[in-house]
Amino acid sequence: MDIHEYQAKEILSGFGVPVPRGGLAYSPEQAAYRAREIGGDTWIVKAQVHTGGRGKAGGVKVCEDEHEVYDAADELFGKRLVTHQTGPKGKVVYRVYVEGAAAIEREIYLGFVLDRKSERVMVVASAAGGMEIEEISATKPESIIRSVIEPAVGIQDFQVREIAFALGLKPTQIQQAVNTIKGCYRAFRELDATMVEINPLVVTSDGAIVALDAKMTFDDNALFRHPSVSELRDKSQEDPRESQAADRGLSYVGLEGKIGCIVNGAGLAMATMDMIELAGGKPANFLDIGGGASPERVAKAFRLVMSDGDVEAILVNIFAGINRCDWVAEGIIQALEANPVNVPVIVRLAGTNVEEGRKILSKSGLPIIRAATLKEAAERAVSAWQNDIKHNVKMVASS
Amino acid sequence: MSILIDRATPVLIQGITGKIGKFHAKEMIDYGTHVVGGVVPGRGGETVHGLPVFDTMKEAVKQTGASVSAIFVPPPFAADSIMEAADSGITFCAAITDGIPAQDMIRVKRYMRRYRQENRMRLIGPNCAGIISPGKALMGIMPGHIYQAGSIGVVGRSGTLGYEAASQMKELGIGVSTSVGIGGDPINGSSFKDILTLFEEDPETSAIVMIGEIGGPQEAEAAEFIRDHMTKPVVAYVAGLSAPKGRTMGHAGAIISAFGESASEKVEILRDVGVTIAPNPSQIGSTIAEVIAKAA
Repeated sequence: MDIHEYQAKEILSGFGVPVPRGGLAYSPEQAAYRAREIGGDTWIVKAQVHTGGRGKAGGVKVCEDEHEVYDAADELFGKRLVTHQTGPKGKVVYRVYVEGAAAIEREIYLGFVLDRKSERVMVVASAAGGMEIEEISATKPESIIRSVIEPAVGIQDFQVREIAFALGLKPTQIQQAVNTIKGCYRAFRELDATMVEINPLVVTSDGAIVALDAKMTFDDNALFRHPSVSELRDKSQEDPRESQAADRGLSYVGLEGKIGCIVNGAGLAMATMDMIELAGGKPANFLDIGGGASPERVAKAFRLVMSDGDVEAILVNIFAGINRCDWVAEGIIQALEANPVNVPVIVRLAGTNVEEGRKILSKSGLPIIRAATLKEAAERAVSAWQNDIKHNVKMVASS
Repeated sequence: MSILIDRATPVLIQGITGKIGKFHAKEMIDYGTHVVGGVVPGRGGETVHGLPVFDTMKEAVKQTGASVSAIFVPPPFAADSIMEAADSGITFCAAITDGIPAQDMIRVKRYMRRYRQENRMRLIGPNCAGIISPGKALMGIMPGHIYQAGSIGVVGRSGTLGYEAASQMKELGIGVSTSVGIGGDPINGSSFKDILTLFEEDPETSAIVMIGEIGGPQEAEAAEFIRDHMTKPVVAYVAGLSAPKGRTMGHAGAIISAFGESASEKVEILRDVGVTIAPNPSQIGSTIAEVIAKAA
């Protein structure tokens, strides 16, 4: 789960990480008021959206008086911010964060990730702050400092000093850096984060270290023990279909294609998407309906996939292990009878009781296109989709 | 022969009184697995499917002589159960539970290091389908009937994609020595390399099918091992060719976050070390068939 910058700053500040003075606003008036509250003569107005690259997308504005703050906020509210991470649909701005500007002397990158190789938390830092980490590793890989934290004892002072000296910080700044880095690690550890990123961490002209931006991502599997973190979830920043799916215990990822997929198992779901691409189509989604494909679950999956207006064909691929194909077939029929769809439906059943399942599908009289293998299913889905489009185009032309 | 479990291996089920644990315990017993009991704290003295339930793993191991366990404990408590198994003398454990926090797994892996390598429990999972040695024993949630006994070792992250591979193989009359699920989580007990090592040593495994997916460094690590240490042919398929970067595809571990973690990069890395790549998921069976024919 992702949270907003202002939320991450509030959390990190509680762990001793220095952050600029700032305030949240839901309206331009409130933004101007926040600026007055904060004081000073320069402010930054920042769109609060769950994505990196906000600056380049026009989501961060420097303002020199309250009117500018008002105008900047006014422009941002309701704006759809499109960055390299959001996809073409972008994310809408409903909150802005106003901060006092700092006089920046230098920018540093500081990140904490779960390193899968060492199976530990790793600190990643670079003196080339301000850039995205992907950019740094592409252009200045030698500037990246890595330090792996021993889980039994946590991060040690010497490790932090090593990082701080490697970043070229002055001896007078080392203690501040130690507090900042250790604070981030404690927040990561205690709140079950999977990522903490301060980019940039800046040294101001008066020598202070401040987290100018902050990003945190949390382990969904651990939210049960952090209700205060769960509360920070902002559904307006999620694909509504993905939040709906998550609320129903389904795993869904919206994609750009036209062929909707309903599959049991994450690996098989990915493999099904691959087969659709090989057959010349594009998947509209990833969807794992999990084990125990009850009629209700299958029906939910159909509704979810069809809620994507771009879907022009649906491919169901179920490998029944513990499930039974006859039950799955009944589920499909119930789902289609309750919620008829106007796009071709292709069904591939395999595994336990597959013959009974097939019989049930044929007896139903529903216009289901059946397939025996994964390959056949993908090919039939793509060709049914292509024919269906041609058919529709013809209808439009003749009417 | 097979790896890790056999007909005679005595199995404990942690979480046997829960709905899922109870159901799969029955499936396992019906398959012929030598299940000897279960462990659920506070439920000691009860029986499930006629088998004794114990409060602690130490007691269960002492009373039953079990050497392996399967974990069906709910996610908040599962890491603790894995550590309890590791401390009880169990040598091999399959954690089926899906949804264990990643930092709990960091703790588990750190905890297990307190045992010397030779005394350290081997763990597969979490979030895996378990393990099956067809015709001998099943410890997990896979449907036994889709596997035919034979000499191909199978190792993969995904459950149902493993079923897909097994059924394609059965269709072609190709059998499996053991199929191991290593699970879809970012931090897991055994890597591809760990299981490949066992298959390389197993005299009755002649070739291996490896089913990878996007995310993580374990396929690349396996490629190095294959290049330097493996004599048996390996066929691989990597799922997620069409997966976008930076999105988690169902499995917590299936996310492309670094170079070498996309499906096409993994395929390249594996192909470079002589692994035969199944071009798509519907040709896993036929690709292994060709490899066997060539080797014969």
